[in-house]
Amino acid sequence: MPRTLYDKIWDAHVVARDAGGEVLLYIDRQLLHEVSSPQAFAALREHGLQVHRPASHIAVADHAVPTHDRGAPIADPQARAQVALLAANCAEYGVEYLALDGERQGIVHVIGPEQGFTLPGLTFVCSDSHSATHGAFGALAFGIGASECGTVLAAQVLWQKRAATMRVTFTGALPDHVSAKDMILALIARIGASGATGYAIEYAGEAVRALSMEARMTLCNMSIEAGSRTGLVAPDETTFAYLAGRPRAPQEADWDAALADWRALASDADARFDREVTIDIADLAPQLSFGTSPDQTLPIGGRVPDPGDAPDPAQRDKLAGALAYMGLAPGTAMTDIAVDHVFIGSCTNGRIEDLRAAAAMVGMGRVAKGVRALVVPGSGAVKRQAEAEGLDAVFIAAGFEWREAGCSLCVAMNDDRLPAGARCASTSNRNFEGRQGIGARTHLVSPAMAAAAAIAGRFVDIRSWRA
Amino acid sequence: MTPLVRVTGPAARLPLANIDTDIIFPARFLLITEKAGLGRYAFHDRADLAVPPGTAILVTGDNFGCGSSREQAPWALADLGVRVLIGAGFGEIFAANCFKNGMLPIVLGPGELARVDAAVQAGAVIAVDLETQEIAVADQDSIRFSVEPARREALLSGWDEIGRIRAGYAAQIASFEQRQRAAIPWLWRAQQGSLNG
Repeated sequence: MPRTLYDKIWDAHVVARDAGGEVLLYIDRQLLHEVSSPQAFAALREHGLQVHRPASHIAVADHAVPTHDRGAPIADPQARAQVALLAANCAEYGVEYLALDGERQGIVHVIGPEQGFTLPGLTFVCSDSHSATHGAFGALAFGIGASECGTVLAAQVLWQKRAATMRVTFTGALPDHVSAKDMILALIARIGASGATGYAIEYAGEAVRALSMEARMTLCNMSIEAGSRTGLVAPDETTFAYLAGRPRAPQEADWDAALADWRALASDADARFDREVTIDIADLAPQLSFGTSPDQTLPIGGRVPDPGDAPDPAQRDKLAGALAYMGLAPGTAMTDIAVDHVFIGSCTNGRIEDLRAAAAMVGMGRVAKGVRALVVPGSGAVKRQAEAEGLDAVFIAAGFEWREAGCSLCVAMNDDRLPAGARCASTSNRNFEGRQGIGARTHLVSPAMAAAAAIAGRFVDIRSWRA
Repeated sequence: MTPLVRVTGPAARLPLANIDTDIIFPARFLLITEKAGLGRYAFHDRADLAVPPGTAILVTGDNFGCGSSREQAPWALADLGVRVLIGAGFGEIFAANCFKNGMLPIVLGPGELARVDAAVQAGAVIAVDLETQEIAVADQDSIRFSVEPARREALLSGWDEIGRIRAGYAAQIASFEQRQRAAIPWLWRAQQGSLNG
């Protein structure tokens, strides 16, 4: 029977089945971070167990870490204790820990691929909802909770139910100044914040094949914002070129053997998906969110919708609540929305290509008066690469703050927090209430859109801005 | 894990759609590394949504618990007393996390959900029976619900998942690893060596 990529990886990892149809799924690799692992290690302790396969995990601190003054001890005592606990747990249980002052530190979903720890065909988990990022390599990657994190540490397996499959095909060629971020925002706006709940998404089509690995990671990263834990792209020459020579990627004869395995992973031509969605991107405009759910997203030429036009009271109330929080009146043009903060970074858009796109948009411009703008590289490696290319100089000359790697304003767990009422153009993944600080307002955009908003002080259509 | 068989008790409703786990448990409290006593932080920044302590059953809007995988969301709800959630749909990771903590998320169709919601709004007592998979709504016909058989069994028995897997499947895990090691030797070699070295 023809099988999808998801089916192939799933079938290759079944350890046992129960009578009701759930599967005990083998997990090849796990990434750990400081926020969701303390309770998982505590579960090991309660059970008197060791880590089943220490070499299958890598740990790094990213969520709670400061992005400035990294030479000094972490000022926040709770964050300092949390990071110290991760290091201590890793030392006690023999798990590799990439230290905060080491050159490999960064956001979990950035460093996994960088180190070649993320590989095609593997099952891959992290107690973080953006774990689908690793699906860009054709890995079956999904987010889990802290309890499941402990189960994987203890036994390397999880009880799972097979997801339904959804293929999202992007047709056409990506227009200038439009990016993978716009593609995924457009999909979420189309199918809704729970449109893919219960499905594993495979992203396909020529437009996806043409994307770099960085862009594919952006695409897969936000699958959870449409409800899906899993987003996949079949591995191809782009994938292999990215992985070749990475520290944890197979080497020499093993590389050739791995390539042969990886080339067989693509969905069979006649494989059937439970749901098909097609989006033509030939005329796709830059997207931005206007509300407090990622599906409340419009093209840059759009206007804030009127709750009075909603089809039912529930949707009217939802939209009215979002607009009240966002401080936006119905009918406002997207290009009339002024910002006072800009955040470029996160596991969605904190990679080298993102920083290049943002720096290109900055050019010789200056951050607008009254705007505070941060660039937070996704990893130390991204930061060093950007500095080697002189991108840091572009940002600093324009008035951006150039920070150390971490999750920063995507989750606002460290001291990077916005004040109430602040309005931010953000390359992150969630525009939820309070996500960047109590009462702060988030508009999700691509790196180029965020950079242009920093210079212009408002959202602009980057396809024609400066033309 | 405390077994869940029958739950009856105070019910509350949060009918808004897309209440995400950031709203349920704001990120800044994730710096706490304990899992007990988190109820005081639930809905901390949204007093209008606060769930009264002692609430056993929560009727929710669509896509409740979407977003972040933070298990602090169900831990905080459990600390308030919540054992059963009834809604049109849940964030997948949130729902999985509920099951791991002795909590039952029930998905109902729109008509049945409206009946439960109206009953809770009217202050009627509702009772959830996982053994018979029925919700008793005041003096009306009871409502059937479905739940994954393995999840139901785990809740009814209060199973400790790690202990059960280690006791029941160690041999199967070992034999899977042996097979994978033989079939994909490069994968196992790729895990050798330290990145810090």
